[in-house]
Amino acid sequence: MTAILPLIVLIPLFAAALALVLGAYRRAQVTVSALALTSVSVLAAILLVHVDRHGTVVVDVGAWDAPFGIVLVADRLAIIMVLISALMLLGVLLFAAGQGIADGDRDTPVSIFHPTYLVLAAGLFDAFVAGDLFNMYVGFEMLLSASYVLLTLAGTGARIRAGVTYIIISLTSSIIFLASIAFIYAATGTVTIALIAERVRDLPADVQLILCISLLVAFCVKAAVFPMSFWLPDSYPTAPAPVTAVFAGLLTKVGVYAIIRTDTVMFTDVNIDVPLMVIALLTLLIGVLGALAQADIKRLLSFTLVSHIGYMIFGIAIGSQAALAATIFYIIHHISVQTTLFLATGLVERIGGTTSINRLGGILKVAPFVSVLFFIGAMNLGGIPPFSGFLGKVGLFEAGVDLGTPLAYVLIGAGALTSLLTLYALVRVWNMAFWRSESEVEGYSSPLLNSLAEDPEDQGLTVKAKRVPALMLTASTGMVALTVCLTIFAGPLFDLAARTASDFEVSSTYVDAVFPGGVQ
Amino acid sequence: MTVSATLVILMAVLYAVGITVMLERSLTRVLIGFMLVGNATNLLILIVSGPSGSAPIVTGTASDESMADPVPQVLMLTAIVINFGITAFVLALIYRSWWLAQLGDQGDSVPDQHTEDTHAQTEAIFDSVDLDGEALQQALADSDEHPDDDEKEKRS
Repeated sequence: MTAILPLIVLIPLFAAALALVLGAYRRAQVTVSALALTSVSVLAAILLVHVDRHGTVVVDVGAWDAPFGIVLVADRLAIIMVLISALMLLGVLLFAAGQGIADGDRDTPVSIFHPTYLVLAAGLFDAFVAGDLFNMYVGFEMLLSASYVLLTLAGTGARIRAGVTYIIISLTSSIIFLASIAFIYAATGTVTIALIAERVRDLPADVQLILCISLLVAFCVKAAVFPMSFWLPDSYPTAPAPVTAVFAGLLTKVGVYAIIRTDTVMFTDVNIDVPLMVIALLTLLIGVLGALAQADIKRLLSFTLVSHIGYMIFGIAIGSQAALAATIFYIIHHISVQTTLFLATGLVERIGGTTSINRLGGILKVAPFVSVLFFIGAMNLGGIPPFSGFLGKVGLFEAGVDLGTPLAYVLIGAGALTSLLTLYALVRVWNMAFWRSESEVEGYSSPLLNSLAEDPEDQGLTVKAKRVPALMLTASTGMVALTVCLTIFAGPLFDLAARTASDFEVSSTYVDAVFPGGVQ
Repeated sequence: MTVSATLVILMAVLYAVGITVMLERSLTRVLIGFMLVGNATNLLILIVSGPSGSAPIVTGTASDESMADPVPQVLMLTAIVINFGITAFVLALIYRSWWLAQLGDQGDSVPDQHTEDTHAQTEAIFDSVDLDGEALQQALADSDEHPDDDEKEKRS
């Protein structure tokens, strides 16, 4: 099993090199990328079964033992994240391949799409399995560098403007991350996460607090937690549909994953639950209020993305085993459903020529199947029972009731309100874009719609595609099927999430896995 | 742990100057600010590595106590390489941004036209860096409107 773990990072990297060489052959590129991501998914699934049964897998890279060499650690949480990300990346890749083939743009800069996409995947997987804070930083930088390229693909004015905001924000957070690593090294003399966890307890409480907060600030920017979330709705929607889908589904969750690691493994003694809850509350409410004011579906979804990060921060702040289990389940649910919704929106944009609900109409009649795909995703995100969004929220709220503080009850109320407002925003999209007939679009006015903010980069209606390629439709259908499966198999998944959370109940589980003979 | 005051002061100055310059509107200045802040962070890593010493991990040359800590040096090297790569990318982005600003509204549409007749022409414009001046003139001549000076200043 120890041989498989490095492959998770290596396969996408080698495939990226291969895809770059094969730049002239579009189909070969697609095959290489799809094969690489499929094999990573399979390996991650095998590894997940193994880790679940026999415990954490640790690899000392280059046979250097833990504090001196780099370690890769695959515990349940890391490998669950790898598996769900690999599946999402594969689905979106097929969607993108379908789009590329259909549009016939064989010589546009998209020949760099596949290599960059695979580097993004490798960075993502590396950040998940890193057992070393600096290796995690390198993973972050890999995926961010790739994301800069993907966001500014084709270099149109709108994308350059959005990209500049995104890149400067990301650079700033990377610098904060790097400076935090320097502080932690100064205080503990190591960058290995397990050893930091051991040594940080001996530090004075205020030093621990400063180290923890400086790391959290860096991760909160990446996770788009209020008030560091303003950059997200401006930058994500301008990218091509598949790129937005991947960014929305995965990039913010890496930040959330790193926050979980910081809070539950490294700084277990630091108590910042109350500030985290306040931040979660603000993220939930301000995010969803932003979503209500948007006419553009992609921007609306970006705001709900920010908003729903609040649920995960809420779960982390409660910190009990049940809350962490619900958070992990919610992360899995949110990655898949958010990616799927952005893909469905990509299909809507192809069919309707725009993503503004002021100008869309009659999609249900033109493309009933795509409408159903969007509808399932929307209901799931809005938290309608029996979908997984509902189950995750119920788990979180139960954990909040167990905690029983007034702030926890306020958050439960805010969480329920956010869920309803998300549903309201999505149902409005459904009514306008899908339900009303196309003839109603002209001259339609209502006080509610007139106050909505249009996307500043929107160019109005573009050319409508005559048909949606089968591959795009198949990929989206597969993704929707996956989100439905999350609902059907919610029982076993929740058990898995509970077992994952139990790893954090005793904080030494992670440390013992890395240092089986005890810390020297 | 003893720390060189010179390094600490240098780091503080680099951070202060870097952050100030990063807050400017111009992209080039933001990049310069980022480079300064990045170097300040590298200095921070150097400072936390403790006092200077002999070359690390050369057996038989020095006692363990007099060696410099090698780990932060490795971290710095990696950080420098990453910063270098990102600086190169941001430079390309700035060039592209300047190019679009020069072309005004035309800039947005030039790379997006995939129609047969304009495609080869556009390709030629973007392929050759030497022909930029000429290409600019040509693109401006093709367009009805000329980018006004305010626009140029705002985006540069």
